[in-house]
Amino acid sequence: MAMDQQRLPLVTVRDCRQAYHKEASADLVVLDHVDLTLQEGEIVALLGRSGSGKSTLLRIVAGLLKPTAGEVRWRGEPLKGPAPGVAMVFQSFALFPWLTVQENVELGLEALGVRKDEREERSEEAIDLIGLGGYDGAYPKELSGGMRQRVGLARALVVHPDLLLMDEPFSALDVLTAETLRTDLIDLWMDGKLPVKSILIVTHNIEEAVLMADRILVFSSNPGRVAHELRVPFAHPRNRFDPAFREMVDEIYGIMTRRRTPEVHTAALAPNPFAHPLHPVGTNLIAGLLETLSGEPYHGRADLPALAAALQFEVDELLPLGETLSILGFAVLEEGDIQITETGRRFAEAETEDRKKIFAEALRAHVPLIAAIRNVLEQRSNHRAAAVRFRDQLEDHMSPEYAEETLRTVIAWGRYAEIFEYDEEAQQFSLEEEDEEEERARAGEYRG
Amino acid sequence: MTNYTLPALAGHRMPNRFDGAAMLIVMGLLIALVEVGRTTIGTPIAQIQNSPIHLDPAWLPYYALRSTARMFAALVFSLLFTFTYATLAAKSRRAGMVLIPILDILQSVPILGFLTFTTVFFLHLFPGRVLGAELASVFVIFTSQAWNMAFSFYQSLTTLPADLQEVARSFRLSAWQKFWKLDVPFAIPGLVWNTMLSMSGGWFFVVASEAVTVGNTQFTLPGIGSYVAEALARQNLPAILYAILAMLVVILLYDQLLFRPLVAWSGKFRFETTATLSGPEPWMLKLLRRGALFRAIGEIIGGAFAAIFRLRLSLRQPGRVDETSEPSRVVDGLWFLAIAAVALYAAWQIFGYVASTLHWRDLGTALVMGVYTALRVAVLMIVAAAVWVPAGVWIGLRPRATRIAQPVAQFLAAFPANLLFPPVVLAIVHFHANPNIWLTPLMLIGTQWYVLFNVIAGAAAFPGDMKEVAANFHIRGLLWWRKVMIPGILPYFITGALTASGGAWNASIVAEVASWGNKQLAAQGLGAYIAQATAAGDTPRVVLGVAVMSCFVIVFNRVLWRPLYAYATRRATLG
Repeated sequence: MAMDQQRLPLVTVRDCRQAYHKEASADLVVLDHVDLTLQEGEIVALLGRSGSGKSTLLRIVAGLLKPTAGEVRWRGEPLKGPAPGVAMVFQSFALFPWLTVQENVELGLEALGVRKDEREERSEEAIDLIGLGGYDGAYPKELSGGMRQRVGLARALVVHPDLLLMDEPFSALDVLTAETLRTDLIDLWMDGKLPVKSILIVTHNIEEAVLMADRILVFSSNPGRVAHELRVPFAHPRNRFDPAFREMVDEIYGIMTRRRTPEVHTAALAPNPFAHPLHPVGTNLIAGLLETLSGEPYHGRADLPALAAALQFEVDELLPLGETLSILGFAVLEEGDIQITETGRRFAEAETEDRKKIFAEALRAHVPLIAAIRNVLEQRSNHRAAAVRFRDQLEDHMSPEYAEETLRTVIAWGRYAEIFEYDEEAQQFSLEEEDEEEERARAGEYRG
Repeated sequence: MTNYTLPALAGHRMPNRFDGAAMLIVMGLLIALVEVGRTTIGTPIAQIQNSPIHLDPAWLPYYALRSTARMFAALVFSLLFTFTYATLAAKSRRAGMVLIPILDILQSVPILGFLTFTTVFFLHLFPGRVLGAELASVFVIFTSQAWNMAFSFYQSLTTLPADLQEVARSFRLSAWQKFWKLDVPFAIPGLVWNTMLSMSGGWFFVVASEAVTVGNTQFTLPGIGSYVAEALARQNLPAILYAILAMLVVILLYDQLLFRPLVAWSGKFRFETTATLSGPEPWMLKLLRRGALFRAIGEIIGGAFAAIFRLRLSLRQPGRVDETSEPSRVVDGLWFLAIAAVALYAAWQIFGYVASTLHWRDLGTALVMGVYTALRVAVLMIVAAAVWVPAGVWIGLRPRATRIAQPVAQFLAAFPANLLFPPVVLAIVHFHANPNIWLTPLMLIGTQWYVLFNVIAGAAAFPGDMKEVAANFHIRGLLWWRKVMIPGILPYFITGALTASGGAWNASIVAEVASWGNKQLAAQGLGAYIAQATAAGDTPRVVLGVAVMSCFVIVFNRVLWRPLYAYATRRATLG
């Protein structure tokens, strides 16, 4: 798409950093050294995993959030608050349940102090444009998810924003509804019917990014950075089954897994057991994926996009799962493929009790946090330890939400592998009764 | 049945170290109120001459109207208080640190204890005029509504959904617009429910606050409460029955015309994404929604309000949130110092006021009296549980019975129990029974219904599949109660029991002393202690009694009810 280089860009973000101050240790960095320029006439996708800071960046561009450092300009002027030319569409739709469709759409106009007749005229226009005609008087709770997001779109478009920000707009919808909304939006965009100059969309769905965007910025996590920038050369309407399209999707899968692999190794070998968050992946899911991988038709090796499609997983769900397998030494991730290891195969073929043993071995060998907790429990004379001490140590290195998630995951894994017990009421780890009895018996032997 | 958590039970946000300061400030304020009333506006205590109360039942509709008007006047003040106080507490972190503990203490102060302070204050503010007495009465009703409502509103404000707040900011709604478009609608279901519950409880205080004697200050305002007081003084039993009848009619009208339509209407604002089946529309709401005349009137009023709510009033343009900035420690430090200074000053003032007339002995007496009343409350709670838990479960498990019993229980909770005292008092006098024992049940007459209707709601909400599991595995008898039903209804029971025990403490002030003509009955207890000190105009002892009672209530809430509630909700929910 040809761009007029003389004109000012809509948005420029320079060397942006977002970090939360931690008292005990280093700052928690969400975004680091992020640059972004948005021109008129383009759709740009921010693609990344959850927690990569892409939604934070969107809020910084929207003027909702002030970055810790860095410069944000809107049409050349420093941004000080929500800019009048920016409207946002939310993942959760964020509709006011006590307002009708029309009242929801008129909200932004009321804030601008637009007169009643003009408000009605413009909201009618937006409602018709987005295919909501006839629903004016309905309340959001009467609508389906797809219709609700159409209201969200109409509410954003009615103020005729220069920039439309979309935060995972279709990820709360089912696959077919999401596809319809995407196509409708792109059609309106191509026909020049959308009263916007540019769209910035945040997504974790690779195909969605390739389907919609002119430009894709791939985010890496911890801290969030723009790892790659790709131009999408295809003309609209795009065909998902076009080989060139598939190739690009594969390439991005490769980029996203490649970026993660080295980090995973350092995670396993890191001296500090509290430095790395764990994905909340259940043991049933681990077992299920290993069984699928070792059986027909994969025979131990699978292409990630194909596997994701077959299992109806999103990248966001499949990648953490794959990474967890590779942390535990059950599988290896490489260039968009997943390959089961010998231990992984043994696990898949074992019975319940043996699985627990294999899992326990893997945990002790590869998850330093489990080993650390077990160590503390063994050293204590009463074999008990409060969860809060481990949570505090985790929070020195990550946000409280990640710390909580990591702790929950460790508790679930440790219980499954029978490495320790956990008392929810007392928030306390302990060794299993059996172990204690054994130990007491052993102590008795020594005495006797 | 909708069941919202009582504000008093929901998680406590602010650190408890502010509670001590809050307690001192509240007591200090109350004493200051008396002093301001006494010193600034003339020392001589004027007698307010009112027209005498007529016991002719033809006057009752007029009296009922006056009582109801007081209730609504108090409601207006409560709403104003709620919108300002709770908003300030929620929007300013530093203000919230002080305001919320103060609210918590105020909630625990026995409402009738306020009577002494406020009567003196308002009567001296408007000496010789009925307005002062009216305001004193309205203020008592206000205290029975406002804290609960403010807490509910504050809690809604602190749990506003983040995405809706972002919508408001990104579309640049002004603070005024956001308040009416987001803050208030989001709070409405909880606020309406709490308002209606408070109003139900308020009838009790309407009755109690119309005929008041504080030392040699006294007033009698035209109303049902005064009518009953007059009937008691003249030993006129038929008049008391007329009053009970009139009150039944008033409550029935309130229940049908206001309570039910409002609660049903507030369902529209419930923050949920799916349409839920609601019960049948109350006939009054149907009338308002369908009737052409009412709709036209509604649209005119609604349109006017909408225009006001749309005004773009704002002090400043919404800016960006700086999540990484930390509050200034220096300002925080200064703020803490200021709070400590005010608390110390209040402590010094209280000490000065109380020390001149009171002894440590008095504190001992008050504490012993408190223990007596606490024992009564505890015994009553056990009795109420033993009676109403089985009954409530029986009703709650039968949808037909629930439909009949639930509104009746709510109706009975609204009925001012003090109107029912005279027959009991008459019986005690007649049989020469021991007032220490037989006055006790009076404390429970009004508040036991909270236990009943909460238990009914709990049993009715008990999941059907769990009932089927219990039946499928033949779980019966004691095991069924222990493992199935009691854990299932525990959070509901605790909500009800907390309200009932708080109400019982309050009621003790009117229930531990009673009279029939010139016969006086009094039980040993803190309620009687406060009531007698009030009648004697002995302000220092009232302060002492009220403070001790507040402490008992706070300790009960903190040590017993809140941990129990937290435990029950943790256990009774999956995930």
